[in-house]
Amino acid sequence: MHAVVRQFRDFFVSIRLTVALLILSMILVFWATLAQVELGVWGVQQKFFHSFFVLQEIPHTGISVPAFPGGYFIGGLLLINLLAAHIYRFRFEWRKAGILLTHAGLILLLLGELFTGLMSRESLMRLNEGETKHYSESYRQFELAVMDITDPKFNDVVAIPEAVLGDAGIVQHPKLPFQVRIHQYYPNASMQMRTQTPGLAPPGATAGIGPNITVMPLALNVKDSEGNTPAALVEMIAPEGTLGTWLVSPVLGQPQTFAYQGRTWEIDLRPQRYYQPYAVQLLKFSHDVYAGTDIPKNFSSRIRLTTDDHHEDREVLIYMNNPLRYAGLTFYQAGFDPNNDRNSILQVVRNPNWVMPYIACVMMGFGLVIQFGIHLFGFFRKRSAAA
Amino acid sequence: MKKYLPLIVLLLGAYSVASNLFIPATPAGSFDLTAFGRLPVLVNGRIKPLDTVARTSLLVLQNRQRVGDPASKEPLVASPAEWLADVLFAPAKADNYPTFRLSLAESPELVTLMGLTDKQINISYSSAMMRALAFADFVPKVRSRFSFNQIAPKLAELDRQAQLAEPVEPQLRTPFQKAVVQLRERVMLYQQLKHSLQLPDSPDFVSELGKFQQALPAGVEAVRARQKNEPYNETAFKVMIEMAKRYEVMESMGYLLAIPPADNDPNPSAWKKTGSALLETFATGSVNPNVMAYALLGHAWREKQPGQFNEVVHLYRDQLARRFATPLQKSDIETRFNAAEPFYKSMTLYAAAFFLAIFSWLKWPDTLGRSAFYLTLLAFVVTTAGIATRMWLEGRPPVTNLYSSALFVGWGSVGLCLILEKIYRNGVGSVAAGMIGFATLLIAHHLSLSGDTLEMMRAVLDTNLWLATHVVVVTTGYAATFLAGFLAIIYVLRGVLTKSLEKSTADSLARMVYGIVCFATLCSLVGTVLGGIWADQSWGRFWGWDPKENGALIIVIWNAVILHCRWGGLVRQRGLMALAIFGNVVTSWSWFGVNMLGVGLHSYGFMDSAFYWLVAFVSSQLALIALSGLPLEKWRSFRVRPASA
Repeated sequence: MHAVVRQFRDFFVSIRLTVALLILSMILVFWATLAQVELGVWGVQQKFFHSFFVLQEIPHTGISVPAFPGGYFIGGLLLINLLAAHIYRFRFEWRKAGILLTHAGLILLLLGELFTGLMSRESLMRLNEGETKHYSESYRQFELAVMDITDPKFNDVVAIPEAVLGDAGIVQHPKLPFQVRIHQYYPNASMQMRTQTPGLAPPGATAGIGPNITVMPLALNVKDSEGNTPAALVEMIAPEGTLGTWLVSPVLGQPQTFAYQGRTWEIDLRPQRYYQPYAVQLLKFSHDVYAGTDIPKNFSSRIRLTTDDHHEDREVLIYMNNPLRYAGLTFYQAGFDPNNDRNSILQVVRNPNWVMPYIACVMMGFGLVIQFGIHLFGFFRKRSAAA
Repeated sequence: MKKYLPLIVLLLGAYSVASNLFIPATPAGSFDLTAFGRLPVLVNGRIKPLDTVARTSLLVLQNRQRVGDPASKEPLVASPAEWLADVLFAPAKADNYPTFRLSLAESPELVTLMGLTDKQINISYSSAMMRALAFADFVPKVRSRFSFNQIAPKLAELDRQAQLAEPVEPQLRTPFQKAVVQLRERVMLYQQLKHSLQLPDSPDFVSELGKFQQALPAGVEAVRARQKNEPYNETAFKVMIEMAKRYEVMESMGYLLAIPPADNDPNPSAWKKTGSALLETFATGSVNPNVMAYALLGHAWREKQPGQFNEVVHLYRDQLARRFATPLQKSDIETRFNAAEPFYKSMTLYAAAFFLAIFSWLKWPDTLGRSAFYLTLLAFVVTTAGIATRMWLEGRPPVTNLYSSALFVGWGSVGLCLILEKIYRNGVGSVAAGMIGFATLLIAHHLSLSGDTLEMMRAVLDTNLWLATHVVVVTTGYAATFLAGFLAIIYVLRGVLTKSLEKSTADSLARMVYGIVCFATLCSLVGTVLGGIWADQSWGRFWGWDPKENGALIIVIWNAVILHCRWGGLVRQRGLMALAIFGNVVTSWSWFGVNMLGVGLHSYGFMDSAFYWLVAFVSSQLALIALSGLPLEKWRSFRVRPASA
């Protein structure tokens, strides 16, 4: 074998690499945990774990440089190291069955986390008692919905995702008889009535409620507790000329309407929606506290699940530690609106890999028990032989 | 004689444990405060005896259960229950007890703010002996506890300062702001206790209630007439309004939910505050008999009539027993548990076992070693009983909060030590058990200062299945990792400082550490993964990178590092020990450090004074690792003969 190839092989199968990677992963996790105070869980995941390198900005320059290997880098190398070492040294012995099983479980766990990171989706469903919804909403992704609401039976929706809005260009869609031009997109902004803040430059908006409102851009918030409130200035341009420029934002509360070519249109910047072919209706939300305290004892939502094909129509009770799993989605009791005791918040998760960790765990647990059992057994046999 | 020493030590230990277990009967003609302390009330979501309320309140107010002044040896009250009786029924007397902790060393500004004079602060001992000791700093020179009357003149200023400090996030408060907020919370608790069963300004609450009952028919009629715009008796109306205002104060200020639900109330946990029960009188027309019973108790207490007091206690208890037999039984056991102080007793036993085992390395290895083993075993049995009692009282698995995790980490480590000692019989297990048992109980004691440790579980955590599996297994993982670390400390200290670490002891220590690390890996891995499964069941993600999860993960990784280093031949004995000691750093950070960040789902206990202790502990461990790095010829044990390490 060529010396260089051998060097490569020795590097990837070495236990020193394993130890080095384990220590690096420990430092990464430690650092990421400390960083949560500033960045929040979501920001930390993006920066430290779902990345190949942890980018750190050189102070006062705005230039980011890789400062440390990220989660994908360490996890990936660890996976290669693990596979390479096992393939290279593989020789089945009963004595090593436990170690093999543990490591196979670990591979499965790492792969499972990778797939989960790539494929899972978390969203929220906020329901008032009696309300029915066909969709859940994203935590932090928004979309600009342009709807033709002329027909009272259904709405024809064109949804422009946030990524497109951020590019601030012109959107032309076969379903829309006009172009949508995005003048400005603020990922996070605060809004005030103009009457409260006199002496400002003229508004960008010319139609809807926008001319009365002033927008102040804010820094993007990555903390989990406080969300972002985006805003955008969008202009509708028909072949015969502009229809007006609107200010849109989820904080405005309701969609704005306009008429064009005898049809009624609605525009709204709203959390991105994920539709399902079934409806969830909140029948009753209960929230108990322990007597004489504010400590929550139990939350539960009694919901009615109805599929669009009417083959399923049943009531389900969702409460803490008892989610509803249905059609690839899982509905968890996540919280409630502290100002409204008839409002329930369900977390809706799509995670096709959810069983992988379970299998991995069983394998690793058994593997370790077998391995250490063999050690312990050997130890006692040696002692009794010595005695 | 030497032969019987282990047995004698065991019997002495057992006697000291048993001495607290039996409460002496109350002599005739004196107040039966034990029976009073066993009366149940509902506080913080749980029915508990007044004895527990008294003890936890004293811990919160002044960090200890004894009420007294350092200048005199005798305590001011014989028991926490007696103190509580004074607070509830004779507040004028209780206002003079020094029960507010306010330390000159911790916050001199606050002592100044509260206007305490030098005369109030400095202790003047009557005996020359004590004065000499104080001069040498063996006993305190200044007081750190003051009475309500001493701080009362400045309460308005305290309120103002607290209002300034409260909007600041707890983590960002200055030490002064923290001290202000803490003292105000203590004052609030004390005032709430005083308003729990009667109004502190009422000269005699029984006669007040009597007058209220008499005035009620005319008063209610006057109120109704006024509502209908008919002529009404203005005096009677005013009396009613006055009374309603007084009882509203009691309702908003009261702390204890002392009044049991009415017989026809279907909800057995609908206990009420005295104030609420009194306000209901306007609808029912007669004063709630339970309110009256407590008022009579207060009367008898103030008038020093033990006979009447004891009779009311027993009558009240008998009528409660009809509906609340089980809570009463629990209250009784809890009172006994409080008096027995199993964890405090075990702490002394662990300390004794530790020293006996250390001495066993110098002299009489067999006799002293066995004595230490017996004491450890006794302490283990006592803590087991204590933990089991807590589990029964709460109806929960052993670990439900930080306090119980400290108990359990100690219990688990000591259990493993007992196994090691049984196998190796070289005193190492007893030394480690003594050290860890003592330290964890000390930590638990400090965690108990924030109030009742039998807390209700928040909705997310309210599942015995996962508390019993994930939490128990992961906590056992903590315990095992700590144990490996402490065994390694024994190796390093004995090897560097003494000549007692022979090859056989060194080898057996190395085997112990390796075995315990294997066990720790298993427990922390399985426990962490079970936590992931719980998370997946509860809120839909297996892994959320929550700080406590990360902490557990780091322990798993570190244990894996140790095992791989050993299997790969990267370290030998000494290296293994250094790695195991670093395990202490990792575990202490996961156990306490992450809670100090104040973020995440697991941050149930934020403590800041503990931060300095954590830093000190971590530094000491790093120093020990550095010590283990000394060249072998500097190790006293290895100087002469060639070492295998």
